[in-house]
Amino acid sequence: MDTFLMFAKAFVVGGLICVVGQLLMSLTKLTSARILVLFVVLGVFLGALGIYKPLVDFAGAGATVPLTGFGYNLAVGAFEGVQKYGFWGAFTGGITRNAAGIAAAILFGLLNALIFKPHAKS
Amino acid sequence: MDRQPISPEGYSKLVSKMTPPSRHLRGCVRAFWVGGVICCIGQALTLLGEALHLTELTAPMFTSVVLIFLGTTLTGIGVYDQIGRYAGAGSIVPITGFANSVAAPAIEYRREGMVMGVGARIFQLAGPVLAYGITSSMLVGVLYWIARMWFL
Repeated sequence: MDTFLMFAKAFVVGGLICVVGQLLMSLTKLTSARILVLFVVLGVFLGALGIYKPLVDFAGAGATVPLTGFGYNLAVGAFEGVQKYGFWGAFTGGITRNAAGIAAAILFGLLNALIFKPHAKS
Repeated sequence: MDRQPISPEGYSKLVSKMTPPSRHLRGCVRAFWVGGVICCIGQALTLLGEALHLTELTAPMFTSVVLIFLGTTLTGIGVYDQIGRYAGAGSIVPITGFANSVAAPAIEYRREGMVMGVGARIFQLAGPVLAYGITSSMLVGVLYWIARMWFL
């Protein structure tokens, strides 16, 4: 039951964050690139203000999988960096915490370019 | 019996009046359930990571690396575009959408060469996200450092 509840929370919160993006796209005509930038920056500031953490505790992957969660992790990383290394930690922390994801995106992106051919746009 | 209860003009007016709200609603429903399902896959991966005895530090890495792998691979075989056409923001906002935004131009610009094609364009869409995301993280980090110096 606990597991079911965990998935239900992740589903609802993750879904709602996507609905916010969808509403922004269809009502304001923002391009998807702008939506992504907006969500990451929003995640950084909500994370820094301590507003996003309760959502992560509540919804787990429902809050960390959307790009706001990436922003949140950038902010958490920067704070951890400052706690560990002082001033210079602000420069290293964000990337350090998300390095696995960024490196994976580069690796798999390159591998994709090697393996797959462009698809005809229909 | 070929009665026309409503004229063609009246009908098309009715259609244009009715369409926008329901289209927005449909888009939201689609974004909601697809985005929710992707987050549930992430939750399942987190549980799997715990079962594999990954630490608090490496379990989130495992989750995001696998999700990014899924996002790029589905992009490569052309499935993610179809999901995107159906789900809109439901496929863009999750981290798989970020993976898609890296893999799609990488594949697309292959013909312009591996360095100036793939290498230069790989961050065409993800670059802005990283630029502004990392810059704001540095900003809040420095503000936090100042706050710690003066107030804590």
